[in-house]
Amino acid sequence: MGYKDPIMIDLGTDGDRERCSGATLVRPVRARKLAKVPFVELADGRVQGVVSSGSDIARVYVSSVTADGHGLSCSTNNNRPCGGLSGPYACKHLRAMLDEAVLQYGRERVARYLRVEVGADSDVLGALDPHHAPAPAATVFSRFLRHLAYLEVPEADGPVPELQWFGATRTAG
Amino acid sequence: MRGTQIGALTDDAVPGLAEALAVVDGLDDALANGLGRLGEPERAALAALAAAAGASPLATAAADAVATLAAGTVADEYLAAVAGARAALLGAVHDALLAAADTGTGRSRAEWDATGGDSPGVPLAAARSWLTELAVTGWRGVGEDLVAASAPVVATLLAEPRTRRLAVLLDGFAAELRACTPIATMEHLPYRRWGDLWSRAVLLAQDTWPGPPAAAPVSGRLLPLGVDVHEHATAVQFEVHGVLETAGGARLVRVAAAAAKVDTIVGPAVWTLVDRPVLLGALAAGRALELTDMPLLPGGDLLWREDAATPGEPADPFTTARLVLPEATAAGVPPLDRHPVRIAEPVLLEDYTVTDHAAVLDGRALPFDTDRLPGCGPLTPELVAASTACIGLLRWDAGGWRVQPLAVRTTVKRKPATVATADWAQGPTDPKVAKAEARNDAVAVLRERAGRLLRS
Ligand SMILES: [Zn+2]
Repeated sequence: MGYKDPIMIDLGTDGDRERCSGATLVRPVRARKLAKVPFVELADGRVQGVVSSGSDIARVYVSSVTADGHGLSCSTNNNRPCGGLSGPYACKHLRAMLDEAVLQYGRERVARYLRVEVGADSDVLGALDPHHAPAPAATVFSRFLRHLAYLEVPEADGPVPELQWFGATRTAG
Repeated sequence: MRGTQIGALTDDAVPGLAEALAVVDGLDDALANGLGRLGEPERAALAALAAAAGASPLATAAADAVATLAAGTVADEYLAAVAGARAALLGAVHDALLAAADTGTGRSRAEWDATGGDSPGVPLAAARSWLTELAVTGWRGVGEDLVAASAPVVATLLAEPRTRRLAVLLDGFAAELRACTPIATMEHLPYRRWGDLWSRAVLLAQDTWPGPPAAAPVSGRLLPLGVDVHEHATAVQFEVHGVLETAGGARLVRVAAAAAKVDTIVGPAVWTLVDRPVLLGALAAGRALELTDMPLLPGGDLLWREDAATPGEPADPFTTARLVLPEATAAGVPPLDRHPVRIAEPVLLEDYTVTDHAAVLDGRALPFDTDRLPGCGPLTPELVAASTACIGLLRWDAGGWRVQPLAVRTTVKRKPATVATADWAQGPTDPKVAKAEARNDAVAVLRERAGRLLRS
């Protein structure tokens, strides 16, 4: 299955689409298992995410790679540094987070965000020129909590006519 | 629909349509560059908009707004007048198109005679100021920081049920802008779409936007025709189209169920986000529903209450579409919802051949809109291509009519079958898909994480 950019990049191949109301512009992300890495995003100049601890269900690790300079960071949500991350060598959390980012967004988009060239079969981590650059976990962790908070929003109590502009579309294959 | 009806719809030009849309296009082009720095073409486009609103109740407000914007002053109230004038033009376009669709399908429609409820009285200044900033900057100037500034606005609006619609709209709009940054380097822009989303949001963010009108209880038998699914990263809505048989006759109604979600909940899992077992059970099993005192809004939307419905007899949507739909009366459209994007009229197409992604009857072609087939159901473009009958929604966009399939009679493994978007409303019936869903279980994983981390 070839990965498609989440943006409807064919916007320009048909001039009508510039004067089109209903075409959803962002394709749904590809389904992936969330148990290990419940959250990953390309934001704030970083590929960043949250990795569930294998040993303690109440603990999570916040892992990130900066696009600028490939700074690696991994710590618990309480800012305790991850013991597995040393110098330029990524820990298992960073590896898992990057793998899931590739599953969710596609190799090409993750590589482009990190400003590296990656062949079809090689991994993103191998293309980086990383160094250890601890970053506070709080920002990413609070973004994750805000993400989870959507699941606590009750069902709408009436129709949302504005969603007519957002017709569902099939997941990129 | 018959071939002659399709022909009438696709051949007959709607008078004034091109002129109205040209005025809208002018404003949309100006919004791409930003209303903060107007050149000569942008000033002319705004003047044309004011002129087009000249005979409407918005005439004075639109003229004042355009004069002030042309002089270099941007403020929320002027943008509201501009958004209002744009919406009025598209409202007129909607009316003309819907009249053409009703004529073409032989559908009778009730007059709108309700009034909106009281305004919610919720502070909306933060939303307005973000939308103003956006309009001043223009799409081409939008960067990650401006998009990120919408997050706290959305979070506040989402927490308040009365501003849910605005929250859902802004979140979907912001996600598109974010996905497209840097927009300055985009070769083509979705001018109409972003013009729509921005102006709709500006209007919803006015303190005077009314609340929903009063609902009235109805009783009778609801025969579902099919389900239209709407979805962006943080919202999903299932909109059931059906015919309600009451003592007073048959009416075309809609039932919407909308829930919040996150981007990683995709595919069949989205059905599990709405807790409406009676409704979803009937959709999955192909049954009618018996309603007792179910609240109905004047625009034809049932405000679904599970305890006002019980499952009824098996009801084939194609039988409903053939025998009951032609007699059903459609509701009048709420004035503020009048926009071409709201036109979604259930139709039945039969005995066609499929050529170039279109249903061809008596030599007349009506294209299928397979972009709008949802990922949560089994209906695929391939099944549509192999179909011989279709219940769909007649829609108009980008200058043409299309039909969005909700259910088809088609061929699966060389046997005739009926496949609909809502077949998996209570879980995938395809064992392979069901197994994959059970393995991922995205909703359960995230709910567990939310339960543990949000309250620790
Ligand atoms: Zn780690």
